[in-house]
Amino acid sequence: MTHLTIAPLLLPLFAGIVLLLTRHLLGIGFRRAFSIAAVLGQIGLATMLLQAVDGGDILTYALGNWPAPYGIVLVADRLAAWMLLITALLALFPLLHACRGEDVGGRHFHVLFQLQLFGLNGAFLTGDLFNLFVFFEVLLLASYGLILHGGGRARTKAGLHYVALNLAGSSLFLIAVGTLYGLFGTLNMADLAVKMAAVPAENLGPARAAGLLLFAVFALKAALLPLYLWLPAAYAHTSAPVAALFAIMTKVGAYAILRVTTLIFGAQAGSMSGLIEPWLLPLALATLIVGLLGALAARALREQAAYLVVASVGSLLTAFALGSAGGIAAGLYYLPHSTFAAAALFLLAERITQARGVIGDRFEPAPAMVGAPLLGGLFFVTAILLAGLPPLSGFIGKFLLLRAALTHPAGPWVMSLVLLGGLLGLIALARAGSLLFFRTLPEAPGTATPTVTAPLAPALGLLLLTLALTVAAGPLHVIAGATAEQLLQPYHYIHAVLGGRP
Amino acid sequence: MEALLASLIGLLTACGVYLALRGRTFPVVLGLTLLSYAVNLFLFAMGRLTIGRPPVIGAGLGGGYADPVPQALVLTAIVIGFAMTAFVIMLALKARAEMGNDHVDGEYE
Repeated sequence: MTHLTIAPLLLPLFAGIVLLLTRHLLGIGFRRAFSIAAVLGQIGLATMLLQAVDGGDILTYALGNWPAPYGIVLVADRLAAWMLLITALLALFPLLHACRGEDVGGRHFHVLFQLQLFGLNGAFLTGDLFNLFVFFEVLLLASYGLILHGGGRARTKAGLHYVALNLAGSSLFLIAVGTLYGLFGTLNMADLAVKMAAVPAENLGPARAAGLLLFAVFALKAALLPLYLWLPAAYAHTSAPVAALFAIMTKVGAYAILRVTTLIFGAQAGSMSGLIEPWLLPLALATLIVGLLGALAARALREQAAYLVVASVGSLLTAFALGSAGGIAAGLYYLPHSTFAAAALFLLAERITQARGVIGDRFEPAPAMVGAPLLGGLFFVTAILLAGLPPLSGFIGKFLLLRAALTHPAGPWVMSLVLLGGLLGLIALARAGSLLFFRTLPEAPGTATPTVTAPLAPALGLLLLTLALTVAAGPLHVIAGATAEQLLQPYHYIHAVLGGRP
Repeated sequence: MEALLASLIGLLTACGVYLALRGRTFPVVLGLTLLSYAVNLFLFAMGRLTIGRPPVIGAGLGGGYADPVPQALVLTAIVIGFAMTAFVIMLALKARAEMGNDHVDGEYE
């Protein structure tokens, strides 16, 4: 048992506690440096963990040395390490962006940021459904604080809706968890997977209800079709670094859906296998199209970015819903791409908003921006990424998805809707770009030049990360493929957690 | 006893859902609180209803014990629910102060 498995949890937790306790003792400069160092440390730990599981090993960590399924376990397999690395890499850039001054717009930004990462890392590492609930609550509570950071009327209103909806979602999660415990007497995911295979016929109905309820809760977190309505308002009104960090939040829901469909309701689950797939594929495709229609109809850039996040969840879950190794691997490649690109768009949007003065990010004519060529160029690159055009990583992700769809029975539907989605995204982003950068008004005399404080470097850093994804697409796709293979053989996971008892 | 508890959970859930769908923040907060009570009772009942049995295994207890895991789960859920309720009350007060009324959308039709 190596302690490396729990290190990605302890580092942000203790960093958050230290930042909370030293609020009055240390200056903001030191606190910023400490927060950035903690995120850099998490990148290092996630890289080490990814190397440790690269041979196909699954690391388990029994807290207090109580053996599973009675004790609480943390499980680091390829998927968990992959998600940890994406989270840590993503978190660095919004944090750097916020350190230019937005972090002092409200209290406890750095504390909440670290606790948010603690919740995210915990959700990826836990091997127990109730702990998944607890880590969801940790990350949600931190996100409630972050989403309100800076204050303001629109932010409070969107925050109130977000909090109320997630509280209702938590209640549903507990009902699903309670039903599963009542039926199977365990909440350890590996143990559940074993017991699910032998579910007696009279318990089939409640077990299916609990599984689908679990899916509904994860769909709410992932912003799947009927449950996405909270996302656009919440993401469009919060501050840019928070919106950029939240690009990973919907992916937690997608991760949970992937984990549950492959492990608990996987091929070995007998009469319970394939419980979620029939719902997942149509809903994911519909989410993709609705998200892009929302992006087309958006009246402001940040609103459009939020709808593009919804659409990216649709593409991601379409890939996962294919259920084959190729589909899951395509999704795992697409996941970091869509996260980094959406985060870059949120960070750029703030700069554009500031440069346009009083018009803000609304799609209305305004005087030409200061530094428009550079901003426009970066927006163009981000748009290519998000629309999935060659030669960048969005195209590779979409190509892998379409290739995986070739052998699926619903392949024609997937291909036509994904390609239609690409066209819609292209139109939406082209419209946004031409309205923001080309349709300019002559500058009215006497107006002051807008002051621009948002930095460009963090957004540029995220774009460079997607460039790295493009250049290293081959090796990364090999890793994603190995991860998908490991997920489709849940025997290894179960064996690693439960030891000799398969 | 099962029928009574089940009806109680159902009634709490129904009231909670009704109140959570209201248009003003105070009934919404109450509704979410009722929902969390219903969920806590439900979780507790998932260890099966037993009377007079301690949640420990030991000799001389006359056989049988109450399942301790749901008791631990419900304790965690109560603590989390409590914190969330406190937070949402503060948020509702903040919204009331910032928007000048207590409608969840910030304005009446």
